[in-house]
Amino acid sequence: MSSPSRSADFRRGVFDILPVLAAAVPIGLLWGTLAAGKGFTPFEAWLTSATVFAGAAQFVAVDMWRDPVPLLLIVVTTFIVNVRHLLMGASLQRHLGAFSGPGGLLAMFLMTDESWAFAERKVLAEPLRPAYYFGVALPMWLVWSSASLAGAIAGRSLGDPAVYGFDFAFSAMFIAILAGFWRGPRTGAVLAMSALAAALAKLVIPGAWYIVIGGGAGVLVAALLHGEDDGQDPGEKPAENAEAA
Amino acid sequence: MSDDLLTVATIVAMAAATYLTRIGGLYLMRGVSVKGRLKAALDALPPAVLMAVIAPTVLATGPAETIAALITVGAAFLRLPMIAVVAIGVAAVVALRALF
Repeated sequence: MSSPSRSADFRRGVFDILPVLAAAVPIGLLWGTLAAGKGFTPFEAWLTSATVFAGAAQFVAVDMWRDPVPLLLIVVTTFIVNVRHLLMGASLQRHLGAFSGPGGLLAMFLMTDESWAFAERKVLAEPLRPAYYFGVALPMWLVWSSASLAGAIAGRSLGDPAVYGFDFAFSAMFIAILAGFWRGPRTGAVLAMSALAAALAKLVIPGAWYIVIGGGAGVLVAALLHGEDDGQDPGEKPAENAEAA
Repeated sequence: MSDDLLTVATIVAMAAATYLTRIGGLYLMRGVSVKGRLKAALDALPPAVLMAVIAPTVLATGPAETIAALITVGAAFLRLPMIAVVAIGVAAVVALRALF
């Protein structure tokens, strides 16, 4: 293959995810300490982060944790918090052509908001190569599970991540990635509707439905704005003068 | 003893439910030909979901987060490296939280 070597691809992925890793350490530590506070052993805390590997759902679950453990309630809530993965996977599966069968299943196991966002940004420029994707996703898994383990062992937190602004690092990164999706006024309309619907849903509906509601609203706007005479290429659109009235 | 068992069972069930959401998307679009309006919708999915994830933080947390988000947008459109954009956003939110 004439494309960049696998190790170069992998390194590029690691480099892209570095700022996220820096923010994930204190948040993973915090989750580990909270879990330890609810009676998780260090192994159980590690097992959760290594197999569930979904920060938002893990914080919600630990918050709900009590004796005896409400298994069904926690599992259903976890599913609801993570329903957004269905949308993300539906979009990402179009770009997994270079992945083997097992490679694709591993890729999906490692899919987080962050690794998914970097993958979707990558395919704007070039096809998604497995080495790049795993360069993004594997360090994230390693850091999240290790930080959770360390937090559960230490049992006390470095403090509130909000003090250092680490909680905002994820929002800042998503804004940086969003800028790459800008294609003009239509993108603006999609983002405005998505933001509005998500913020309203968050205020009105408990849980994490706001992500699916906001994402769905934005996608609906994109579908409605799609004209029948639009070209195949969504990027560059020639001036249209054939808007029938 | 059975306490530990229930804990591990809950963790495993959480992991299974989560993996179901992760691979479910692979099969959602099986055999659907993606073009036209559907393609426009799927292409809009990444920015729409990303926006929805951050909307409550950015719009409904407080003035510090909203202003820091606007500063981050400015940095992002200057095409600075991502790590610089994130650093600017984090520094802005820390400074603004001290103000508000």
